[in-house]
Amino acid sequence: MTESAQRQHMVYAYAVLRPTPEAARAVAVLRGVADEQVGLVETGDLAAAVGPVPAEEFEEGALKAGLEELPRLEALARGHHGVVAGLAPLGAVLPLRLATVYRDEDRVRQVLQERRDQFLPLLERLAGHVEWGVKVYTDPTDPTDPTDPTDPTGSLASDAAVPAGATGGAMGGEEALSPGRAYLAARRRRRRGAEEAWQTAARTAARIAEEAGCLAVGRVAHQPQRGELAQMPGGGTAGGGKPGGENIANDAYLVSADRAEEFRSRVLAAAEGQPGVRVEVTGPWAPYSFALPPEPAARPEPV
Amino acid sequence: MSGALDEEDARALAGREVALIDLLDRLLQGGVVLAGDLVLSIADVDLVRIDLRAVIAPVDAEHPAPLPL
Repeated sequence: MTESAQRQHMVYAYAVLRPTPEAARAVAVLRGVADEQVGLVETGDLAAAVGPVPAEEFEEGALKAGLEELPRLEALARGHHGVVAGLAPLGAVLPLRLATVYRDEDRVRQVLQERRDQFLPLLERLAGHVEWGVKVYTDPTDPTDPTDPTDPTGSLASDAAVPAGATGGAMGGEEALSPGRAYLAARRRRRRGAEEAWQTAARTAARIAEEAGCLAVGRVAHQPQRGELAQMPGGGTAGGGKPGGENIANDAYLVSADRAEEFRSRVLAAAEGQPGVRVEVTGPWAPYSFALPPEPAARPEPV
Repeated sequence: MSGALDEEDARALAGREVALIDLLDRLLQGGVVLAGDLVLSIADVDLVRIDLRAVIAPVDAEHPAPLPL
């Protein structure tokens, strides 16, 4: 490759893993964020899964702009995940943070050598483990939820059912309850209901965390999901979760692969029969949330 | 079942139909952070993350969550 040809490409790094024949076979069928053929860069007992990407799309300015636009961010995230997920069945893979890009493969080798003492123990810890996501929501569509506005026996209906004139003397008006007072009463009830639902959900979340903790070897608390993206159809689960509800816990657990199904069913069982609460289990994921080297700057923020 | 992932796990891991928000939780907050070459330093990624919060998590006093609270 000539000097100028090299300049036109950069090296996007997806994951760190062991340089095994299985790994070489796995990358051979993977395409990355720029639809490029993924390959391995090896040095001693470590390898990185990398791909050449066009420099004009991945130099600093362009990449930054891309990360701020949701459709481009999504394409990048799914491309990155496609490679990591394709390698995860190998059993030991260390996913890298989104958008880790190098000048050339020599720089990747250099980083692998520099960080070898961190990568090897991490790979060993994560080998044979998967990550599960466990999200707990309050559930406003639950029929037992007192805040449910469609419940015919609920608070709003009974307010409306007070016959006009029943307390007319006291009110001195046409309506039993002035619109203002009816509104305030309903609002008070709704707020109380929402608080109760939240507390029930918080108790369930604690029970689930306890149950999950028995089977997991690690736990990372992510920020609860909020905002537009959390409300989008399919934003909740792969199956397009039910809308509504507040996400009050968004945790990741590291679980031995041979207990993966047990973990899932026990978490779902712990959530069963809890009114006003919805639980989603996502995964199994490659161990993204646990691929953190032991340095303070890279630790997840306490939640 | 051994420590290796079975076929079903492998399929699930390879599935691209994961929710974007769950993916971003992991890709922007998880994963090994290495300083790249010409690109985003760790601090820059944090900046991007904060910018993204405007899209992903516009929850503050001015933009309360659109939830029946």
